[in-house]
Formats: sequence, structure tokens, C-alpha cells
Amino acid sequence: MDGYNCVFNPLFRSKENRLTMGLPNASGDLSTEVEVDAFRRLFPLRFYEKHLLESIRPDARPLGRARETTIALGAVASANGSALAKIGSTTMLAAIKMEVMTPSLETPDEGCIAIDFHMPPICSPIVRPGRPAEAAPVVAKQLSDTILSSGMINLKELSLVSGKAAWMAYLDIYCLDADGALFDTALLSAVAAFSHLEIPVVSLNDDGKIVLSEEQGLSDREPVNKERRKINLSSIPFSLTCVLHKNYILADPTAEEESIMDTIVTVVLDSSSQLVSLHKPGGTVLAYTSAIQDCIALTRQRVKELQKILEEAISGMEVD
Amino acid sequence: MEVHREDGRSQNQLRPLACSRNILHRAHGSASWSQGDTKVLAAVYGPKAGTKKNENPEKACIEVIWKPKTGQIGDFLTSLLIVLAFEVWYAGNFQNILHWCLGKPEKEYEMILKRTLESICILTVNPNTTTSIIVQVVNDDGALLPSAINAACMALVDAGIPMKHLAVAICCCVAKTGYVILDPTKLEEQKTKAFAYLVFPNSVHSVLPEGSLRVEGEPIENGIITSVTHGIMPVDDYFYCLEPGRAASVKLSDFLRRNLQQQSTDSSKAG
Repeated sequence: MDGYNCVFNPLFRSKENRLTMGLPNASGDLSTEVEVDAFRRLFPLRFYEKHLLESIRPDARPLGRARETTIALGAVASANGSALAKIGSTTMLAAIKMEVMTPSLETPDEGCIAIDFHMPPICSPIVRPGRPAEAAPVVAKQLSDTILSSGMINLKELSLVSGKAAWMAYLDIYCLDADGALFDTALLSAVAAFSHLEIPVVSLNDDGKIVLSEEQGLSDREPVNKERRKINLSSIPFSLTCVLHKNYILADPTAEEESIMDTIVTVVLDSSSQLVSLHKPGGTVLAYTSAIQDCIALTRQRVKELQKILEEAISGMEVD
Repeated sequence: MEVHREDGRSQNQLRPLACSRNILHRAHGSASWSQGDTKVLAAVYGPKAGTKKNENPEKACIEVIWKPKTGQIGDFLTSLLIVLAFEVWYAGNFQNILHWCLGKPEKEYEMILKRTLESICILTVNPNTTTSIIVQVVNDDGALLPSAINAACMALVDAGIPMKHLAVAICCCVAKTGYVILDPTKLEEQKTKAFAYLVFPNSVHSVLPEGSLRVEGEPIENGIITSVTHGIMPVDDYFYCLEPGRAASVKLSDFLRRNLQQQSTDSSKAG
């Protein structure tokens, strides 16, 4: 950070340079006297605007670039599918447990997916013990809307015996560190967990109930489903959150950026570039057609990056 | 292209609108809004002294409480007990209850409403206060969130909360064959492949010369305050939705303006 400050930080430049930047200096000349960290805390918006003028962000990223992203598959051994996704320091752990249930009467040959999103107090200083985080149910709802409406998973594939038994996939996502772009990271971890998911082998026991073959020692019986198998994922959704501020578009904001600039746009595109969701809940900046087009263009690039990262993670697993 | 709609409307035709304000006596402002069979009541209390949780020394705080047509929200213990009781009593088939318990659409709607209203209100006028908006769903027949936004907006006007401009909300549906229909009923919402809730600023009458309110060559009422989409659509279809959406928002804002003028002359006569 120190080395970077000397090179990039506009506040550290010579006084002449600072004067030529021509920003209205509402608070007198205080900005030339206080230290960078103090200035950042006192005038967060002006601190950011000085960076944006130079097309750079305080963490040395250009405006349109997302943070470094990693996926680790199989993070939870006891789950049927799991993944740990990190975008910058935002960390999400997703795990899927499969259970056999009776399908509902309306959809006798379909399984079911239940998605829950947890924000424990460790994830952010804003979340306090005993009080559920306000963002958690909103992200959970957005996630289940996106995953179910994207058609990524064919629910018919989760059926075992029509009308009698089907899989219920419990997807739980735990936010371990909330540093902005919660929905993006949660969706990425969910998608990665589904691509890691293996459906276990089940067979009928003597009572006519479906049980896991391996647990019950029924491996000699003919299983209901043929073998452990991966689930087919068609058109995987990927998302990018952008923050709008004046004419600037900042991709993949940190928690600090989200709290200072309040207009957030989340675009979800699937792998065939169809729009799954365009979510903009209010905010001071109005989104004109050009801004929306720019956000979608940034998301298209990001989808390619994320596809590559996910493919690398999956092929890395196969080598092991 | 002619589009057949169940209720005989044309593609861009809205359902009959009705709005009345000042219907609740104890609230500081209230409005009922109906769009066909969808009806929403909104009540505004405030600005009142900020609660500890929401206090902000620089800005007014807006709090939205969404009351669904049936059931209660927020009562986690009761819902947990009910779920447990059901699990014991009805073991095996509890995914519906689980869905009901997890998929709280109200929390998302509350957040969207809150952010949308925050962006149209002038929050710096009454710092350190909280304004509560209670939205009661009377009947849901499609386009529920847009109706709630329109109702909340009218209730805020009725309560005299300072605002930059109004927001007008509209629902656009993209049907399977690619055409766009406006203001769908619940049945149409379920049948079409995707829909978008769009919120625009209302067209402002300004003393400033024509064109001074344009941003990047687009009039200010073309800017999207809020956008929520559901279902998959090609990117082009989304932009295709914006056009009829904007046209309808102009009609809606005319309706709002007429309604506000009418009722203000009525009350001045009465007073």
C-alpha cells in the first residue's frame, strides 16, 4: 500500500499537480494538510472522486476491472457438493446436501432446490450477534430467483421414482467475509458447488423406503439410480455488480465503495449471453440506456473470465 | 402484430387506474392505488424522531414495512414453531412449508421500495428523523411491486414529505414470441417467459428552458430509478421493453398529476 501510494495516489503528488486537478475544494485547503487515511475517513466521497478523475481506484484497480477471483471445489467433505469462492476478500462457502423427499402432487416428477444464505456476525463489523443481517434474506431471495429462473438445473433430473421419490437439494451459502459484491460471490459459489455436486447412489430397503446404498450396506441390491453422477448444468448464470457514480461505472465494488456510492446495478447473464436478471434497486444515479449498455458489456467480459476460472477449477479437480 | 390478451386489452393498454388519497385518519398521509384487480394501500407516518437503529445525523431515514395479503412476517419464532409442528405431523412433504419460510419476497420488496423512495425524497431536509411507510397488499393480480411503489409515492405526497420528483412504476412482460405487453395480470405474469419492473421519474414541468434537463441527450424521465427483472430474455428484449415502458410512464405520470390537482382543488373547496 505504501509503495502504491507514492506512485498512484493523487493525494501524494506535488502541490502543483494537486492544484491543477481543479476539483472544487469545499472544505478549504484541509485536504493538503491531513494525512491520506484521515482524509479518506473524513471525506470519503471526495477521496474517491479524486481517484476516479485519474481513472483509478484506491486499491489500484482500473474502474472496469473485477478483483482477483478464486474457486476451490470440495471444501466440505461431508457435503455432496461444495465450493469456496473468493472475489477479492469477499468469501463464500457453499455446500449442498441431498436428501430424498416425496415430490409434491403438482410436480410429481421434479426434484426441489432450497437455497439459504447465512451472514454470521463474523462476516462483517456491521452484522451484530443476535440480530440477523438485513441483507441476508434479500440476497437469499435474489439467489433462488436467479438459480431457479435461469434453468441451469433441470429439476426433472432430480427425480428418482415419479410421484414417489425425488431429490431435495439443500444449498446453504455461508458468508465468511463480506467485502462487497455479496450476490456475485454467492452466485459463483453456488454455481461452483452445483458443478462439484455428485448425486449419491440410493436403493430400496426392505420397508420400501429409499436409503443411501453405501450407508446401509445394500450395495449388492440393484440401485434405483445407476451410479454416482454429476448433474448436467445448462446455461450457467454469472453476475457482475457495478456501482454507478456520476458518469463513472465501477465494476465489482468493495464494501467501502458500496457504502459511499449508493447506486448499485447487478447484471446476471448466462453462458449464452441471455439476460437472467438486471437488478437496480433505486439509488441517487439514474441509469440511462448508455450506462445500462456499458454495465452489460462489462458483464459479458466478466462472464468469460468467470467461465474460465470455473473450468480451471473443475479440470484441477479431475486431475486430483 | 395483434396480440390476444385474455381481458381483450391491446398490447400497450394499462388496466383502469384508480387512486384516492387521505383515506386513513390516523396516518400522516395515505393512499390507495389500484390497477385493475391489484390493489395496494400505503400509509405514511412521519417524519418522527429517529429510532436508535436508524438515526442518521445527516439524513432522514425511510423505513418500509410490507404487509402481505395473508400471513405475518418477521415473527420468526412462530414460523419456526409452525414448521416444526408440520414436520412432525406431516413428515416427508414439507418442502412447500420450507419454501414459504425461506422465500420471503417481502424482505426483497421492502429493500427495493426503501431504496427507490430514498432516491426520490429530499432526505437532507429532515435529518435525524424516520419516516415509516406501511404497505398493505389488498389484492394481488399482477404488477404488485409497481403498484406498491405508485401507492407509496402518492402517500408520501399526501403526507407532505419533500420530494425531488415522483416515481412511476410499470411492469413490462416479454412473451415467448418476443412481443412486449404492459401491466400484466397475475396469469399473464406466470405465462410469459420474463417480465421487468421498471421505475422512472415522472415528467417534470419545469420553468427552465426546454432541453436543460437533459442528461447525455436523454430527457431525465428516461433514466431508470429501479429495475427488477425475472426470467430469461435476450438482452435486446430488455431494451425493447424500455420504450413502451417509458411511453406508459408518461401516461401514468399524467394520471398522477391530474389526480393530485383534482384532489387539491376538492380539498380547498371543502376547507
